[in-house]
Amino acid sequence: MAMSISFAPAAMKASYRTVQRRAGFFLAFPAAVLLIIFVLLPSSIVIILSLTDYQLGLGDTHFVGLDNYTSTLASAEFHKSLINTFIYVAIVAPLSTSLGLILALMIEARTTLKSFYRTAFFLPVTATLVAMATAWEVLLHPTFGLVNTLLAGFGISKIRFLSDPGVALYAISAIGVWKQVGFNMILFLAGLSTIPKELYESASLDGADHGWKRFFLVSWPMLGPVTLFVVVITLIRAFSDFEAVLVLTDGGPVRSTAVVLFLLYEEAFRYFKIGTGSAIAVLFLMFVALISWLQWRIGERQIHYV
Amino acid sequence: MFEPRAKRIGIDAIVGNGILMGTAIIMLLPFIWMVMVSLTPQGEVYSGSIVLTPTLDAAQANYGFALSRAPLLRYMLNGAIVCSFILVLQILIAAPAGYALAKLPFRGRPLLMAGVIIGLMIPIQVPAIPLYIGLAYAGLLDSYTALILPFIISGFGIFLFRQFFAKFPDEVLDAARLDGFSELAIVWRLMLPAAWPAVAAFSIFSVVAHWNDLYWPLIVILRPEMMTPPLGLATFRQSGDSAGNVGALMAGGVIITAPLVVLFAFAQKHFIRGMTMSRGKTL
Repeated sequence: MAMSISFAPAAMKASYRTVQRRAGFFLAFPAAVLLIIFVLLPSSIVIILSLTDYQLGLGDTHFVGLDNYTSTLASAEFHKSLINTFIYVAIVAPLSTSLGLILALMIEARTTLKSFYRTAFFLPVTATLVAMATAWEVLLHPTFGLVNTLLAGFGISKIRFLSDPGVALYAISAIGVWKQVGFNMILFLAGLSTIPKELYESASLDGADHGWKRFFLVSWPMLGPVTLFVVVITLIRAFSDFEAVLVLTDGGPVRSTAVVLFLLYEEAFRYFKIGTGSAIAVLFLMFVALISWLQWRIGERQIHYV
Repeated sequence: MFEPRAKRIGIDAIVGNGILMGTAIIMLLPFIWMVMVSLTPQGEVYSGSIVLTPTLDAAQANYGFALSRAPLLRYMLNGAIVCSFILVLQILIAAPAGYALAKLPFRGRPLLMAGVIIGLMIPIQVPAIPLYIGLAYAGLLDSYTALILPFIISGFGIFLFRQFFAKFPDEVLDAARLDGFSELAIVWRLMLPAAWPAVAAFSIFSVVAHWNDLYWPLIVILRPEMMTPPLGLATFRQSGDSAGNVGALMAGGVIITAPLVVLFAFAQKHFIRGMTMSRGKTL
């Protein structure tokens, strides 16, 4: 597609501009259409579906207003899943964030084996969760699992990690922390690497040359933006996690591990209650939007040191 | 501090390495145990022994059982097909759009940028129900199309490419245009090669996400021959075929996890970049 070159520079420039506008439109067009078809349109339709009693394959659909929301918000099942999700997030988010930070600081302080530690901690992030969840299931097995064998060595009686309703959610949360911590560690390591060396040097002139003093004077304030990002990402991820539930417990025993997104999956794709499923999806979208908005608001106010 | 500094650092190193090594062992335990159990005779696993002794016979039995009872290689082939189609189409669509957003003035550019950022934020669970209904009406459930189509548009990909392309000097673009490069040729022959770290990172992000995904295949796939590795393994785990055979189940886990772990060993840096650049934040 060679362009014809005119001798008049001004005309040439103007035609360049037109060519570029047209090219820009054509290059962006497929992406724009697909974005509408596969993301924006379905996300709007889900809002409409949440206001109807639509059922797949049945013709008769009625507008039911906010019925799906009121019945969902009033149902014991939803309350249970909300509490389960809250417990899961309350365990996974703080633990994986703080452990990620501690591991990053400890690795940063080492001179040897750094890349081994990084690799070991990050591996769970990349591995297929379905396979790793079944490996955890074997480790946590009530009769022959390694964890119970080790506990027995300390005189602790066997725990039915995944089949005891009082324990299963905590076992699933432990797997959640295991999966997330390496991801947060890498983000903190990236944040630490951007702190200028001179700051540590001037801190050491003030006597803060080591350990906690140095951490609170230099590292922690400098890690502000990364920490905000880690917290937001971890909250959204913890809220969206339910693969381990799906594979290992199927929401049980006695609904003790049924988290909100597991409920969404069940309602929409097992019982095909499209209206209820859509209402939960919209509530989830509102949560994600709220968290993102908070991130933006806090991020805007945050003092930037670099 | 009364102790000499050198000694303190020595103790720090021992304590620090001790804690990190202990944590590393816990983090790697499921991997180590999965491999060990897959190589050990069933009887020994069930005895609850702390030390497992792998044998060649047991390895053959476990891997043989897994491969004969579950079409694991077929799942892997499906995974490879789906991941490659998704990745190639994502780049084919996202790269020109990223270039247009970075370098070309066109009507609707701010609107598209807003759409991309909104698209970045929306998790798949939100549009999943209408997408499922649409695919059902089109008669496309249980097909490669159902596994691939919803993911060919990547807001993250467009955003990432736009960020990288924006840094490319305009003078070089003008020179290329004078040399007769079309805008599309500029994307493929200048921009993409120059942005290869972004391409590598995005490729790994995309392949990891779609190789490991259970949610979407679970929704749209029913036939065993269309299953991807995670869905296949989850089905194998629940089916009567694996019942009680922990060694074979772990062998299946090793087989489907191996490709990404091996890839990780070779391309660690790109892996970490790709996985941490999600949600439009470049670190």
